Amino acid sequence: MELVLTEEAGMLKDAAKGFLSDSAPVSQLRKLRDEKSADGFDRKTWAAMAEMGWTGVLVPEEHGGVAMGHVAAGVVAEEMGRTLTASPFLSTAIMGANALSRFGSDAQKGEWLPKIAAGEAIFAVGTDEGRKHNPVSVTTKAERSGNGFKLNGEKSFVAEGHVADMILVSARTAGSESEEEGVTLFLVPREAAGVTVERQFMVDSRNSARVKLDNVELNADAVLGEVDGGYKSLEAVLDSGRAGLSAEMSGSAQECLERTVDYLKERKQFGEIIGTYQGLQHRAAHLYSEIELGKSIVLKTLQTLDMAPDHAAMMVSAAKSKMGQVAQLAAQESIQMHGGIGMTDEYDIGFFIKRVRVAEALFGDSNYHTDKFARLRKY
Amino acid sequence: MSDLETFRAETRAWLEANCPEEMRLPLKSELDVCWGGKRWTFKSEAQKVWLERMAEKGWTVPEWAPEYGGAGLSKEEAKILKDEMKAIKARSPLNSFGIWMLGPALLKYGNEEQKREHLPKIARGEIRWAQGYSEPNAGSDLASLMTKCEDQGDHFLINGQKVWTSYADEADWIFVLVRTDFQAAKHDGISFVLVDMEQPGVTTKPIQLISGKSPFCETFFDDARCEKHNLVGEMNKGWSIAKYLLTHEREMIGGMGQGSGGMRPMGDIAAQQIGLNDRGELADPVLRTDVARAEIDGLAFLATMERVTDEAKSGQGVGANSSMLKYYGTELNKRRFELMMDSSGSDGLEWDKENDVARHWLRTKANSIEGGTSEVQLNIISKRILQLPTA
Repeated sequence: MELVLTEEAGMLKDAAKGFLSDSAPVSQLRKLRDEKSADGFDRKTWAAMAEMGWTGVLVPEEHGGVAMGHVAAGVVAEEMGRTLTASPFLSTAIMGANALSRFGSDAQKGEWLPKIAAGEAIFAVGTDEGRKHNPVSVTTKAERSGNGFKLNGEKSFVAEGHVADMILVSARTAGSESEEEGVTLFLVPREAAGVTVERQFMVDSRNSARVKLDNVELNADAVLGEVDGGYKSLEAVLDSGRAGLSAEMSGSAQECLERTVDYLKERKQFGEIIGTYQGLQHRAAHLYSEIELGKSIVLKTLQTLDMAPDHAAMMVSAAKSKMGQVAQLAAQESIQMHGGIGMTDEYDIGFFIKRVRVAEALFGDSNYHTDKFARLRKY
Repeated sequence: MSDLETFRAETRAWLEANCPEEMRLPLKSELDVCWGGKRWTFKSEAQKVWLERMAEKGWTVPEWAPEYGGAGLSKEEAKILKDEMKAIKARSPLNSFGIWMLGPALLKYGNEEQKREHLPKIARGEIRWAQGYSEPNAGSDLASLMTKCEDQGDHFLINGQKVWTSYADEADWIFVLVRTDFQAAKHDGISFVLVDMEQPGVTTKPIQLISGKSPFCETFFDDARCEKHNLVGEMNKGWSIAKYLLTHEREMIGGMGQGSGGMRPMGDIAAQQIGLNDRGELADPVLRTDVARAEIDGLAFLATMERVTDEAKSGQGVGANSSMLKYYGTELNKRRFELMMDSSGSDGLEWDKENDVARHWLRTKANSIEGGTSEVQLNIISKRILQLPTA
């Protein structure tokens, strides 16, 4: 398979670019921030995305989706990274849809996938318990209770948890704290008794949540996949999200470079356009090269998720590790090369360094994935 | 079966039948590489047979036309041949500056007579070529070269000195950038000529490098003679050919960063040399991080080579991206050998071992200098890709 976008994906990219730059540019995020929006995203924009089929990008056709795959989902995420559009696309259309379509029961699929495709349900994924991502460390407990389970514990950094209809939660049904065996996935309705959601305002002006589970009673049909055997599924769901985030960071990095290069062509100091100075030219050219590498490994990873999802873990970690580094370099360099104006809130470039920091940390930062890559490589 | 599938099946069968077992073993050292040329002594019968069979098929230069010694394969077919050779770990039958550099230049700029004269000999490995570009005072600023080429009526007379001429002491012919007009602007007075090195006016002297090896020479021209039909392209238009060739050279040198090509992954080497701790992790935790990041960059670089090539195929053009590949690939290769030295410890510091890592490590330092320094590549990226202005 060639490492280029198919014609279909290329058309989606153009459509996404057009829609997002017209209807959801960086100024939309600024407005949501300044107005302290309760949702943290624009419902009208989200509805328009659903209408265009984006929310169904990973939903099979028989459940109302368009099933275009991860490359297509990545194309949309990449364009969102350029405009910093806030939406539950990652947590719902990528991770929620992937979780259900791969591991859901027929009943779960039938109930939730059409709603995801229609933009009528929002999903979130709750894994982290400490300040650093470590999905195998699960202390949230699920004890057998009557016909189902009783959950107790706390999850943090649950992106879109404050607006989610359904939160996918990992809990321990057996085994000790850092064992893969004994982890079970549950679909927890946000409105269920005993669920408390505390909104976290994040540095990127988007929202996450701390989710407290206090004797939350769930039926056995709330289990996604197998009891005690949920860890592999969790990793697969996380991997789809990690790849989506990598694609988003790729878009942000490209946008940072383009905005910076434009600025280098305008700004004059010492009587010259500053882009004529070799000190800045070389920084920009190095950044360009790093971004090209990041773009390539992200596309390769998305293709792997479509073709061989069970063998994608190493590529996903490589992509998240690399793109996390590259996007942070891009965000940092663009502020330096913009100089003083890059430090002002009035100028948009500062929004990128904030979002990239969060995207880099979400579901494992570059350090986490470098370590995981080495583990998978058996050294 | 589609035509390509048939071609793949036939290629696989032919390689299976014709590639000697010895030519499927990994290269033990660079001494195992076949360069060809008038003075070449084959290292083994298998090496000779392999070259002859591949040359007979036109597969040393698969995409060249049959009348020039190639097989006239399409890009897709050539890729299949490459894949199938890789699958049985077949060595390259012939390494050659003629194939990599002069050939593409002649195909684009040479006249029919020049193509028919030189290309088949390159394809069969009969003539070994050297490249005469840099001069003592023309390195990164190549266009300031001063080797003089005078019109003597029925022939040219060449005087001057070239440096960094790879393997010139073993080469038969040399393609040379010469100054044919001293009055014109520096890019406009350069011509591209082919010179037979078998004459008293051409002498070579190897340069010993910090690696202790001498892959490069100084080449001196003292009233060297060049027949007029050996001028390639137009008089004083040689700079376009030089630039075109440098692009090829960059892709070639940049490709070394990919780290496949028979090289074991860095992590496996480090694990073997340093060992793992009881958690199954490399015993040096700081090196482990560096190795993992370098391997990840290696994967990203490979994917970039693939993507850039695929984009070129659908008509989007590699263009100045060859500078990006050259820059990143060579810097990555240097990083890899730094890590190799780290993981080799004191063993790697021994000097007198055959083919030791220290010599390779030192050799890689030239990667980001030869074919245009990293800084020159960054200049090209900023001008041609980012379109940043010049003062």
